[in-house]
Amino acid sequence: MAESIKDKVAIVGMGCTKFGERWNADIKDMITEAADEACQDAGVEIRDIQAIWQGTQWGSQLSEGGVATGTLVSSALQTQYIPVTRVENACGTGAESLRGATFSLAAKGYDLVMALGVEKCKDMGFGGLPSVWIGRWEPVYGAFGTGPGRYAMAAVAYFAKYGLSNEEGKRILAEISVKSHFYGAKNPKAHLRREVTIEQVLNAPMIAWPLGLFDCCGVTDGASAAILCRAEDAKKYRKDYVNIKAFGMSASPGWGKERIDYDFTYWDATQHAAKSAYAEAGIKNPRKELDMVELHDCFSIAELIASESMQLCETGKFKDQMTATRAYYHEGEMPVNISGGLKSFGHPIGASGCREVYEIYKQIQHKAEEPSRQVKDVKLGLAHNQGGHPGKFVCGVTIIGTP
Amino acid sequence: MAGIVSYGAYVPMYRLSRAILGQVWGGGAKGEKAICNCDEDSITMAVEAGTDCLKDTDRKSVDALYFASTTAPFKEKQSASFVAAALDLREDVAASDFGNSLRAGTLALRAALDAVKAGSAKKVLVVVADCRLPAPNSAGEGALGDGAAALLIGATDIAVEIEASAYTYSEFLDVWRLETDRFQRQWEERFILDEGYEAHMRKAFAAFLKANKVTAKDFTKAAFYGPNARSHQTVATALGVDPKTQVQVPLFDSVGNTGAAMALMTLVAALEDAKPGDKILFGNYGDGTDVHALKVGPAIEKIKDRRGIKRHLASKVMLENYGKYVTFRGLMQFEETPQTRTRTALTAMWRDRNWVYRCHGHHCKKCDKTQFPLQKRCMYCQAEEKFLEEVPLSDRKGVLFTYSMDERTAVIDPPNILGAINLDGGVRIFSQVTDRDVKTVKVGMPMEMTFRRIHDALGVHNYFWKCRPARD
Repeated sequence: MAESIKDKVAIVGMGCTKFGERWNADIKDMITEAADEACQDAGVEIRDIQAIWQGTQWGSQLSEGGVATGTLVSSALQTQYIPVTRVENACGTGAESLRGATFSLAAKGYDLVMALGVEKCKDMGFGGLPSVWIGRWEPVYGAFGTGPGRYAMAAVAYFAKYGLSNEEGKRILAEISVKSHFYGAKNPKAHLRREVTIEQVLNAPMIAWPLGLFDCCGVTDGASAAILCRAEDAKKYRKDYVNIKAFGMSASPGWGKERIDYDFTYWDATQHAAKSAYAEAGIKNPRKELDMVELHDCFSIAELIASESMQLCETGKFKDQMTATRAYYHEGEMPVNISGGLKSFGHPIGASGCREVYEIYKQIQHKAEEPSRQVKDVKLGLAHNQGGHPGKFVCGVTIIGTP
Repeated sequence: MAGIVSYGAYVPMYRLSRAILGQVWGGGAKGEKAICNCDEDSITMAVEAGTDCLKDTDRKSVDALYFASTTAPFKEKQSASFVAAALDLREDVAASDFGNSLRAGTLALRAALDAVKAGSAKKVLVVVADCRLPAPNSAGEGALGDGAAALLIGATDIAVEIEASAYTYSEFLDVWRLETDRFQRQWEERFILDEGYEAHMRKAFAAFLKANKVTAKDFTKAAFYGPNARSHQTVATALGVDPKTQVQVPLFDSVGNTGAAMALMTLVAALEDAKPGDKILFGNYGDGTDVHALKVGPAIEKIKDRRGIKRHLASKVMLENYGKYVTFRGLMQFEETPQTRTRTALTAMWRDRNWVYRCHGHHCKKCDKTQFPLQKRCMYCQAEEKFLEEVPLSDRKGVLFTYSMDERTAVIDPPNILGAINLDGGVRIFSQVTDRDVKTVKVGMPMEMTFRRIHDALGVHNYFWKCRPARD
């Protein structure tokens, strides 16, 4: 009989590299940087770790489209013959590495494990993500469909559904990006650390109409790691450990954009993942009960739609309930992405899911690097991580909180 | 008995004003010419003309497909097979390519008439398309245009009878391309017009009229090929037709010289205005001549709703500048970046042929929903494959549900527009949007499907369907 994972596993240490264009760091440097910080934080040595879940989309062979075995991490950290499992769910990889590590502990396979997400994106030779996969999965179907191009379809659909003019719609999205940059400027580990104005966002070069430069997250290098044990052992490592409250994981059937009844204004996998996570964590009213949310804002429209799909505000009411009231700022009713989000951190594919959890973990411990960003009294937070594109998402929702 | 049952044509949406060529190279040529989009070629244009021609015709009733062009996209590998698949014709159709001559189209027409007369086929579709690439700053750059025409030849429901035909061949060398030539070559223009086109056509027309005991005055219209307006006029005058009332002028100023497609496009233009009882003198030139006497019957009225030449001409977008034109034609060398690499897998193209080429979707017999592309399970009710039946979707009209315009993707003509299109019958198609005026793309606009060249990864043309704003 399956059991709830709630409060069975604890995070006792976390690490996160500086995110950015790390011209002088290779993927092994970043693995080591994140793992070392996590070990230090937990007060353990790497040789104490019994198994690792390595989350990466491309691993070390980005230019060839990605093959990475567990030796990517073992060779960086010089672990000696312990299991390293490579997991991959595109942009939703980080959440999956945490989930795998957690369930291995619940199954009592190990006592102390690590989840580590990493990506080295900036060895490609150009900005943006590669289109090396054109023709890799399907020779012609969906050819030239990029992340911005696919997410932008959701923005156009959202504007049309709620009768927003292009100007009105763009302005709502711009408010989101202004908030993200506001917090990115206050986060030393973020990639983009400059505040921007509404006008700058609105007047930025177009990437994929209606998404401009500041509606899109950066392409970045980074890694993040967590050390986990069963909750009953957590006190051995630290007092202020943080418990796993729930995982929600959902892979959509994948034919959303091809279904006549899908209108692009909600993320169905996110709805399913959030619903099961809320049920496991015992959350009835997410907006009231969650103290903060880190969600997958690879694009401004992604923050808007994920907020609605996870009931952080009512469907179609983002403007009234988030933007107009500034509810999503750190002192607001429903703080969202006050780390700066993917928007300011950039999005090293495999690393982002763990990085979101890192932010909540530190906030719960009152250790936000810059005090002005610290949310008062965080007990329960949600990290939302998704891979794919509108109509074909895999989504991981991780809820963590005080024991 | 064999004759024309239906006609169709295609003119690409993009037009290049000759004034733009004047700005770049000097000179003051008038008018404009039609040019292929960067995702079009003779195969895709033939599909368009064939689709137009087969309107209201059961695709399964076509017994043979003859494709004619001097610009077949493959030197080795038949074009007709792609065209037949994209038109969703039966697999036991005889598909043949005709090439190498500006008369390839009318020679394919003769083969079609012979097949129907001999009884080896009841209906034969003749499609002719050309998109010859002129060298920059050549006379051809202003003169040559791109286009296609199609005729359905059959034994019943004949709209236009072909009463008499005569053919000659000639070893005369005027224009040519060698196996490795990208651009057309030609001998001195005075020689190839005087001794070539004009002399050959004058002689062919005179012999034809004499043999059939008719005069030029017996025809309502004369529709025939010409390399340019002046030379065409010279032959018309020699033929003795009234230039004001009797001559169907080829589309020099609106489309340009479309090579192998020109004579049949001119004929289609004449048929669009024809009335029952009209007689048309039809001629073509290239490596010889052919001349035909056509008689229009009452059934012509039933096929007047084709897009043909007129409606295609009315729907157009002017190309903004010469840079765009040379980019479309691949005449520029651009920086190569790691981003621009594309791949293909011909194994996958073969496995997926029924939706990649034929545009088949699945109709679910359990939940009655139709979907694209073909599925392993119904995407609505998860019914197993045995409940899914293939249905053709390329003819369905739709509206644009949502879209985006990607400025950064490495496509030849940015922005790359992605669209979700709701087709009639509740089918959603996810597709690239081509032939679009970026300024006018909006949610709710009428859309239709069009067969295009998606990319040339690994040195092979990869075709698939896109959608475009409806052209009328």
